[in-house]
Amino acid sequence: MASENPTSTEYIQHHLQNLTLGVHPDGTIGIAHGAAEAREMGFWAIHLDTMFWSIGLGALFLYFFYRAASKATSGVPGKWQNFVEMVIEFIDHNVRGTFTAKNDLVAPIALTLFVWILLMNFMDLVPVDWIPLLATWIGIPYMKVVPTTDPNATFGLAIAVFVLMIYYSIKEKGFSGFFGELAFQPFPKWMFPVNLLLEGVSLLSKPVSLSLRLFGNLYAGEMIFILIALFYSGGLMWGAVGGTLQLVWAVFHILIILLQAFIFMILTVVYLDMAHQAH
Amino acid sequence: MTQEIALLYIAGGIMLGVGAMGAAIGIGVLGARFLEGIARQPEMLGMLRTQFFIVMGLVDALPIIAIAIGLYVLFAVVGGAG
Repeated sequence: MASENPTSTEYIQHHLQNLTLGVHPDGTIGIAHGAAEAREMGFWAIHLDTMFWSIGLGALFLYFFYRAASKATSGVPGKWQNFVEMVIEFIDHNVRGTFTAKNDLVAPIALTLFVWILLMNFMDLVPVDWIPLLATWIGIPYMKVVPTTDPNATFGLAIAVFVLMIYYSIKEKGFSGFFGELAFQPFPKWMFPVNLLLEGVSLLSKPVSLSLRLFGNLYAGEMIFILIALFYSGGLMWGAVGGTLQLVWAVFHILIILLQAFIFMILTVVYLDMAHQAH
Repeated sequence: MTQEIALLYIAGGIMLGVGAMGAAIGIGVLGARFLEGIARQPEMLGMLRTQFFIVMGLVDALPIIAIAIGLYVLFAVVGGAG
């Protein structure tokens, strides 16, 4: 990429392209060399960079928190144990304030969602070019390091939450209770097609809005980082302006990534609470 | 500049503008109520602030989605079609 001097549009599109592994139209398996080729691979292509970074960051979170738990002392805590305890107390406080039924799985789900999404979002603060540049040196053409800017990742998270919602709804209320909740309110029972439509839309809008909210915030943030990075190609003075803008936007973005991870977690707890409520 | 690309630019611009307008009005109203709540009960500041950020995240969701799709249209779709 350093040799051909791309235009602005090519630079932007290069940074928006995931590392896609799939079946080309002629039947060979390979990595797409461009957005058009990636589109031709269809639905079943895998974004290798998203998978690598999301699973890698999840493993990192598990390893560090497991170490804190296994080395926990009841005496004066070390710095890392202190930090982990702060995070767990924060999640505990929020879940206790929001979740009214009895389920031991909800707080760990909330902790996992919050820390994992926060870690994935945090990759957005690394300057746009650095990691893709390292990747090109080892021969990887495209690398997007923020898994949450890939709608596949956010929809995966939201679908998992949706499955949990339906599972707990059916477990707590029975299948007839769950169906009754969808079909027999808010209008009287004989209007059940209308009820089903309204409640069905309301049910489906929950995972869709969860995932698109996270995706939209992170995608817009990453897009602005890419646009600011275009400043660096204009010489020293424009590069200095770009550097300042990047710093300012990064500071604002810290608030956004914390907020979006927190909102995803709180809404998940609220939806799970709604699934446990018997009417 | 074909007509298709011109229309795509206009579409992207409208998406960004209307989304920003919706977000600004919504969060403005929300912030006004927040300030009102603090003025009435200053001791509830911490709780109100948490709820303010939660509701801001919800209000902001659709405008941000509109902005994300608008930016996508402006930069990726236009580049692909042109």
